[in-house]
Amino acid sequence: MAELIKVGMAELKVARHPAILTTLGLGSCIGIALYDSRTKNIGLVHIMLPSSSIATAGMNRAKFADTGIQDLVQEMVRIGSDIRNIVAKIAGGAQMFAFATQNETMKIGQRNAEASRAVLASLNIPLVAEDTGGNYGRTIELSSEDGTLKVKTIGFGIKYL
Amino acid sequence: MADAISELNSFHLDVLREIGNIGAGNAATALAKLLDKKIDMRVPQIRIMKFSEVSDVLGGAETPVEGILLQIHGDISGSMMFILDYPSSRLLVNILMGKPVESDLDYDELTCSALKEIGNILAGSYLSALSNMTNLKLMPDVPALAIDMAGAILSVPAIEFGKNSDTVLYIENVFTDGRDSVIGDLFLIPDDLSYGKLLEALGVG
Repeated sequence: MAELIKVGMAELKVARHPAILTTLGLGSCIGIALYDSRTKNIGLVHIMLPSSSIATAGMNRAKFADTGIQDLVQEMVRIGSDIRNIVAKIAGGAQMFAFATQNETMKIGQRNAEASRAVLASLNIPLVAEDTGGNYGRTIELSSEDGTLKVKTIGFGIKYL
Repeated sequence: MADAISELNSFHLDVLREIGNIGAGNAATALAKLLDKKIDMRVPQIRIMKFSEVSDVLGGAETPVEGILLQIHGDISGSMMFILDYPSSRLLVNILMGKPVESDLDYDELTCSALKEIGNILAGSYLSALSNMTNLKLMPDVPALAIDMAGAILSVPAIEFGKNSDTVLYIENVFTDGRDSVIGDLFLIPDDLSYGKLLEALGVG
């Protein structure tokens, strides 16, 4: 049985095979899962906001899509991955509350998803699958066995990406 | 802007605690009227936590909870969120609808509007406490309700706090009729520009 490692909100972790990285109850945040099929290294970051442009000194880098993904890739490389072998899957980015008047604050999930896609594209990391949007929470589990991303919900079943 | 929450000194926290106290007092009175029962409150606790700990409150990140979100307009803008754990929302709805307190909730239209109304009353109690203490005019919008994993619901206030800070601040409230208890967490989230205005109005800017 592979070790189950929890990744909290605004945290990032990498692991060597065999391992499972999980993040529980993603809402408007995004879980970005990286997998290297050569080494079976895996990495997961739980970001909250699209861009570190609003960051102040000493802020947690893992909470932003741009710095969070960059640091996660660096950690993957540090444990022996070649960036050319890494693929990505993303999940989350829900809008948890529906309001009659839509404002930018409420669309943060969508913006997080867009930012995550853009950062991955800029690093030439293929985005091979995603389960984003909707109005419900998700728990995800990334397996080092084959890079499968299991997405669990309350009331919307289980998906495998 | 530096980390807004770590800059809060103990005086700020006392003010917040006072808002919590008065608000919870109002909320207990409102609940007592609504449920036709004597309701007491415990002294509200101010809690500050790191994002990585967020998933451990309210019984775990995957535990279903009820979140009620109110947008605030007026002299300051922002939002306020009230979260009830499942046992608490079940208790309140069942008392309100005259059902046995242990009955499971089915989230039909009636239950959802009961939950919205409870959230509206509770959040409104804190809002009027805040308004009275600051002399600011604050108006809530129609509340929005979500029932889902605690982590997912909490991500909404956490993201708002995340714009200025690496921690989340909230007020934990416990109401009791002597036998059963209701636990609710209140998040007050002023928009960027409103934070200073709010502290200033409280005399601690």
